[in-house]
Amino acid sequence: MTAMTTITTTTGTTTIMLDDFLIRAALAGIGLSLATGPLGSFVVWRRMAYFGDATAHAAVLGVALALMSGLPIGVGTLAVALAMALTVSTLAAKGWAMDTTLGVMAHAALAFGLVAISFVPGVRSDLQSFLFGDILAVTPRDLAFIWGGAALVAGLLVWRWQALLTATLNEDLAHASGLNPDRERLVLTLALAVVVAVALKVVGALLIAAMLIIPAAAARALARTPEAMAAGATAIGAAAALAGLGLSMWQDTPAGPSIVTAAAGAFALAAAIGRLRG
Amino acid sequence: MSLISAENLVVRFGGTEALSGVSLAIEPGEIVTILGPNGSGKSTLLRALLGIVKPSAGRVTRAPGLRIGYVPQKLAVDRAMPMTARRFLSLPVAVGDAGAEAALARVGLEGLGGRQMSALSGGQFQRLMLARALLTRPQILILDEPTQGLDQPGEAGFYRLIEEVRRDTGAAVLMVSHDLHVVMAASDRVICLNHHICCEGAPRVVSSAPEYRALFGLGTQGALALYQHVHDHSHDHDGHDGHDHDHHHHGHDHHHA
Repeated sequence: MTAMTTITTTTGTTTIMLDDFLIRAALAGIGLSLATGPLGSFVVWRRMAYFGDATAHAAVLGVALALMSGLPIGVGTLAVALAMALTVSTLAAKGWAMDTTLGVMAHAALAFGLVAISFVPGVRSDLQSFLFGDILAVTPRDLAFIWGGAALVAGLLVWRWQALLTATLNEDLAHASGLNPDRERLVLTLALAVVVAVALKVVGALLIAAMLIIPAAAARALARTPEAMAAGATAIGAAAALAGLGLSMWQDTPAGPSIVTAAAGAFALAAAIGRLRG
Repeated sequence: MSLISAENLVVRFGGTEALSGVSLAIEPGEIVTILGPNGSGKSTLLRALLGIVKPSAGRVTRAPGLRIGYVPQKLAVDRAMPMTARRFLSLPVAVGDAGAEAALARVGLEGLGGRQMSALSGGQFQRLMLARALLTRPQILILDEPTQGLDQPGEAGFYRLIEEVRRDTGAAVLMVSHDLHVVMAASDRVICLNHHICCEGAPRVVSSAPEYRALFGLGTQGALALYQHVHDHSHDHDGHDGHDHDHHHHGHDHHHA
């Protein structure tokens, strides 16, 4: 696949023109980072990594149900991811052993989704794009969905920022300050479901949690305040998206996994820098 | 009127009754300590007074517009979250730099605003929590085991700070503890709790009450020895005067001699 067209002009200078699909892919990656940076920071702070996985895996079931019922895929994923996130959040509030519960739910959701999708004719060949994303096939409509969803999540988190941080630090402290920790948890649950629906096209169901956790973990090593960590995670996520796309173009590797590979590289680099600075 | 009060407060978790029929009232400016063994419902009582736990029966009344400064029992700042002391003071209500620095200075942490919370010592951490609680200019400070994990000088220093705060701001203080010696010295009133209120009153009165001895039996021989030789019924009712205090310190010296 040719991503760049090299044009040699009459003056002898060489310019590189990026194809539209590549620009859309880059914009999709950057848009997603606006949401995964701050939300991923909360996922790390609250140790919700497995929670993120369970919600993301549920997206596959959402895809299957959407294809069967003729609903848009975005609606199907959002609905099932939301149902999963709310279920897990409710069970957690009731004091279930979360490690086991999430282990059951994350893998069951993925398996159910894969079984369900096998009943939809003609989808088997597309399965890989739901599991690992298809960022190079992002349409202008997808882009609007991604940026709309990401802006919604980022706006929600900025609006509730102080309350979310206080509740994450200590629920009793939040309560005594007149905040409702349950409501803040619900904000994060909703945000997670939206991010899953938005990220499906970009990195796929299997790697959404990676885009939440890895940039935030990388930013942790360099940040001194929660805000710096969220901003750093956004920047690292966006840079990883661009670097991953570059890698994908250069070596013809799958785009979603390439983006996560780039993020993991950033994590290793940030951890080394953080250690050097003590 | 009382700042905060409870009437026949009952809190049940599942089938067990954590609090059964607790009534108390905190008056402006007094330092009250709730004393009780582990699992006696001390933290639950504080959380019910704060409105975090809903009472199964009975009632909690807070003075209208009451400003509460709260220091929870355990606040583990996960290393995953970067958080400077300065940033923590602005949660959830942002404070200006001048106000933050004044609050840090008040608790003896001047210049430490840039320090990560995870890098603070136990005593510094508790002082920072207190500084944050003071920012709302509270009428009452509620502290849940504020000196847990501190060494003895740290503990004594912290209670001294509490007394200074009470003197300077007039705030009442309600705290929970299970360490007896320092608490006895630093409180106007002590409430012994074991799911219900076993006994309450001035420290010296409580320490000689049979309910208190039953509750703290073996572990507190020191504290009991401390008060036995000043036990005197004629003084039982003149709560927290200087006379009482002198006796206490006298007893303390005697104990360590």
